[in-house]
Amino acid sequence: MLFASILDAWWLQTIAKSGAVLAVVLLPAGLTVYLYLFKMVSFMQSRLGPMEAGPYGSLQLLAELGKSLQKEDIFPARADRNVFAMAPYVVLTSTFLLAVVVPFGPNALFTDLDTGVFLALAVSSISVIGILMAGWASASKYSLLGGLRAAGQLIAYELPMVLAVVGVVIQAGTLNLQQIVYAQINGEIFGWGALGLPFILTQFVGFLIFMIAVQAELTQVPFDMPIAESELVSGYMTEYSGMRFLMFFIGEFATAAIFAFLASVLFLGGWSIPPFITELVGLEVDSAWFNVIGPLVMVTKMLALTFVIYWVRFTYPRFREDQLQKFAWKVLIPIALVNITITGILKVAF
Amino acid sequence: MTAVSDRRQLAYVAAQAADARVNIELEAEGMTLNIGPQHPATHGTLRIVARLDGEQVVEAEPIMGYMHRGYEKLTEVRTYPQVTTLVNRIDWLGSFCNEVPFILAAEQLMEIEAPPRAQHIRTILFELGRMAHLTLFLGDLGVQLGAVTPVFYAFRDREHVLNQIESATGGRFHPNFDRIGGVKDDLPAGWIAETKQSLTKVTDFCDLIEDLLFGNEIFAARTRGVGVIPADVGLSYGLSGANIRASGVDWDLRRDAPCGMAWDKVDWQVWTHPDGDAYARSWVRLQEVRESAKIVEQLLDTIPAGPIMAKVPRIIKVPEGEAYVPTENPLGEMGYYVVSKGGLEPFRVKIRSASFNNMSIAPWLLKGTYVPDVITILASLYFILGDIDR
Amino acid sequence: MTDTADTETAEGVVDEARSALLEALVAELGDSLVEHHLVPGVDLWVRVKVEAFGDTAEYLHERQRFRYFDFISAIDWLPSPFGRSLDAHVDNSIGEVADKEAVEMTTGYAGGDTRFQVFGRLHNLTTGLGITIKADLPDDALVVPTWTHRYPGAEWHEREAWEMFGITFTDHPGLRPLYLPGDFEGHPMRKDFPLLARLVKPWPGIVDVEPMPSTENPEDAS
Repeated sequence: MLFASILDAWWLQTIAKSGAVLAVVLLPAGLTVYLYLFKMVSFMQSRLGPMEAGPYGSLQLLAELGKSLQKEDIFPARADRNVFAMAPYVVLTSTFLLAVVVPFGPNALFTDLDTGVFLALAVSSISVIGILMAGWASASKYSLLGGLRAAGQLIAYELPMVLAVVGVVIQAGTLNLQQIVYAQINGEIFGWGALGLPFILTQFVGFLIFMIAVQAELTQVPFDMPIAESELVSGYMTEYSGMRFLMFFIGEFATAAIFAFLASVLFLGGWSIPPFITELVGLEVDSAWFNVIGPLVMVTKMLALTFVIYWVRFTYPRFREDQLQKFAWKVLIPIALVNITITGILKVAF
Repeated sequence: MTAVSDRRQLAYVAAQAADARVNIELEAEGMTLNIGPQHPATHGTLRIVARLDGEQVVEAEPIMGYMHRGYEKLTEVRTYPQVTTLVNRIDWLGSFCNEVPFILAAEQLMEIEAPPRAQHIRTILFELGRMAHLTLFLGDLGVQLGAVTPVFYAFRDREHVLNQIESATGGRFHPNFDRIGGVKDDLPAGWIAETKQSLTKVTDFCDLIEDLLFGNEIFAARTRGVGVIPADVGLSYGLSGANIRASGVDWDLRRDAPCGMAWDKVDWQVWTHPDGDAYARSWVRLQEVRESAKIVEQLLDTIPAGPIMAKVPRIIKVPEGEAYVPTENPLGEMGYYVVSKGGLEPFRVKIRSASFNNMSIAPWLLKGTYVPDVITILASLYFILGDIDR
Repeated sequence: MTDTADTETAEGVVDEARSALLEALVAELGDSLVEHHLVPGVDLWVRVKVEAFGDTAEYLHERQRFRYFDFISAIDWLPSPFGRSLDAHVDNSIGEVADKEAVEMTTGYAGGDTRFQVFGRLHNLTTGLGITIKADLPDDALVVPTWTHRYPGAEWHEREAWEMFGITFTDHPGLRPLYLPGDFEGHPMRKDFPLLARLVKPWPGIVDVEPMPSTENPEDAS
C-alpha cells in the first residue's frame, strides 16, 4: 500500500484498506449511475433526466439514498425474515470481494495474489446464492420465477466468462492480475513496443465473449429475464423496498463497474498508458506517479466499457430463457473453446 | 407466556405453514400465476390466470370485467348525440373511430348521407386516429419485449398527430366530433399544410422503428413463430383487423364495405402477411401506419368544398328499424347494432368491439407457450381494455 | 365487395345475391325459417325457430361459407317500466315511476312474438354478405342451442348473454360470469333491471352551467 512505510501496524492498514475498498466500490457505482442511468439513457430517449437535485441533477443519487433511508423496512408477511434480510448483503459481498483483487497502480492495490484471476472468477458466483435467497425468501411467485431464471442464467454464463479469461491467462502466462498488466505493458506488437500489447488486440474474440458474459452476469438486457420488468415487475427484487432495494440497485451498478475494471485490466492494459507516452513524459513504467495516475486511467477505461454495457442495455429487447441458454451453451462456449485452442497453439508456436 | 413470545410462536407457526403451502404448490402439478390486474404488461386492468408447469403455460384464462362500464345499458337512456360522446371512450386511443360506426348506423336508418366534404373530413380524422393508435402499438411492442427506448420515440412522434386532431376537433383523446349527417365544425385555416408535415414525422418514425426494432435479431427471434394463428381458426373466433390479415386473409372493411366514408376515392392497398405469427401482426400494423399516411395525404389533396352537415332536424329522432354498420377500426372490426323504435334514444345498442373477439382466442392460443411468450402474444394481439370490457 | 353491382337503383330493386341466399335458406330450413326481412343492397335478417338456431349456423358455415363470426347477443323487447327510458326531460322526479302510458311491446325486423330474442351475425368474406339470425325465446324457457361447436368465438358472447339476460345455451363448455362478480344477483341488461346510477342519484336533466362548488350563492354562479 502507498503508505505502508508510515502505517506499519496491520490493523491500521486493514482499516485503511477497508475504507479504500468501500470507495472503490461505491464511487464508480455512483458515477456510472449518474452518467449512464440518469443522463445517457435520458438523452437516448430524447428527454433530460433528473435536473433538480444539484447542478444538472448530479446529486440525484444522494437524494435517492436519503429517500430510501427514510422508508419503512417492509417484510412480506410470509417471508423468511432472516434469509430475506441477508440476501442483499450476500450479493454485495461478492462485489466487494471482487474489488479486492483489482490493481490500480504499481503499488496501489489491496492484495497481490498469485491466483488473482481465479479468486475473481470464483467469487463472482456468490451473487447467484444471494439472488436465489432473495427469490425464495420473498414468498411471492413472481420473485420465485425471477430467482429460478437467474440461477439458470448466471450459472450458464459463468462458463463463457471463465473460458474467455483463460485465453488471456495463456497469453500472459500468469494468473496474477498485476503481472498481466505488466505483460501488456512489456509486450510488443510484431516487435513494435510503442503501444505495449493490450490483449484486446490478440484476444478480441475473448474480449467480446467476456463482455457478453458480463452483460449476462449483471442480468442486464438483453439478458434480463430474471428481472424482465414487463413480466415479473422486478423479478427477485419485487418485494424489496427502501434501503434493501437500494442495496440491490447499487450492487448492480457497482458490480458492473468492477467487472469493467476487471475487463480493462485483462484486455485494455489496466492502469497503464501506452509506453511511448510514458517515455515522452520521461517517466518510468512503474514509477510512483502511476499510483496516482493509475486510478484515473482505470476509471476512464471503466467508463468506456460501461458505456457500451448500458448502451446495449437501453437499446435491445430481451432474450427468452431458452434462447438465452442456447446462446450460452451452443454459441459462446464453443467459440471460447476454439479461441483457447488457437491461443495455445500460437503461444507455443511463437 | 409473555405477549412477545406468543407473537413469535404465532409467527413461527405461520411461517411453517407458509413454507408448507409453497412446497406443496411447487410439487403439485402446475403453479397458478395471476398476471394482472395490476401489471405492466396488460393494457389496463386485465387479469389472466395462468397455470404453469415450470415456464410453460398449461392453461390460461383471461378474467375481464374490471373495467366494465355497462355501455349497452347506458345507451338506452341517452339521446343519439349523447351516445356519440359516450362511445368515444370505448377504445380510447382511437376515439374518433368509435363514433363513426354508430353515426353511420344511425344515418343508415335515417336514410341520410353526409355531404362529400364531411365524408372526407371524417375519413381523414379516422385515419389520423389509426395512426395515433398504431404508433403507440409499435412503441409498446418494444417495451413488452424489453427494448425501453422506442416507446419514447413513439410518444414523441405521436404528439404531432394528436396535435392535429386537437386543432381540428378540440380534443386530443376524445374528439366527439362526428354528428349524424356530417361533422361538427369545418377545418381550421392552415390545418391541411400542418397535417402534411406531421405525416412526414410519422413516416420517419415508421422507418426508424423498422430499423431499430424489426431489424433486430433478438426481436425476430422473440416474435417469429410465436403465437401462430391459422386463418380458419382466426375467422371462427371472429378475429379482425391486422390480426386476421397477418394470417393471410385479405379482408379489409375499408375496401370491401365503405359506406359514408371516402376510402373508395383514394388509391391505397391492403397489407397481408402469410405467417400468422407475432412478427406478421406487428409487421402488418407497421405497414398500415404508412398506408394511413398515404391515404391522408391523398385525401388532404382532394377535399371537396361544400357543406359539412346534411339537412338534419335539430332534435334527432331516428325512425324505427335496425342497422349494423361495421368499420375497420385500428383494433379490428367494430360495429354497433342499433335497434331504434323511433324515439330520441336508441332502444338497444349491441356494441361489437374488436378486442372482445381478439381476446377470446387467448385461451386457445396461450396453451403450451412460455411465460415470456405470453407477453409477446398479448402485445401482438393488441387489445384495449375499454374495448374488451365496454 | 359491395352489393351495389347487384342492385338496380330503380323502383323494383333486386338484390340478387341476398335473394339467392334467402332462397337457399328457405329450401334448407323449411318451416324453421319463420320470417325474413331483406333490405336490398343493405342487409338480410332471418328469424328461425329456437331449435334450429344451431342448425342454421351449421348450414351457413358448411354450405354457404359464412366462416366469419361476428357476434351473438340478445334483445329484450319489453318497453322499459321506468318511465320512457329514464330520459332526462321525462324522468326528473324519481318517486313517480307512474308516467307509463301502457306502451305496447313491438319487435323489430323479421318480427317476433316473445319478449326475448337471441340474435347472431355471421359474415361471408368471399361474397361480402352478412346475415343476422334471430330466434324467439319463450318466456318460460330461455334456452338456445350453442354455436360454440362451429364458432368457438361464440363462447364469450354466449357467456355474456347468459349473465346479462339469463339465456342458457345448451352444450356450452362452461356458462359462468364474464364481467360481473360471482355473487351478483339479477340480469342487468333486462329492461326491468333498473339503471342503478339513475336510482341512486336522480338525473338532473339538461344542465347548462354547473355552479362552482365553493360559491355561496348558487344563483349567482351562472
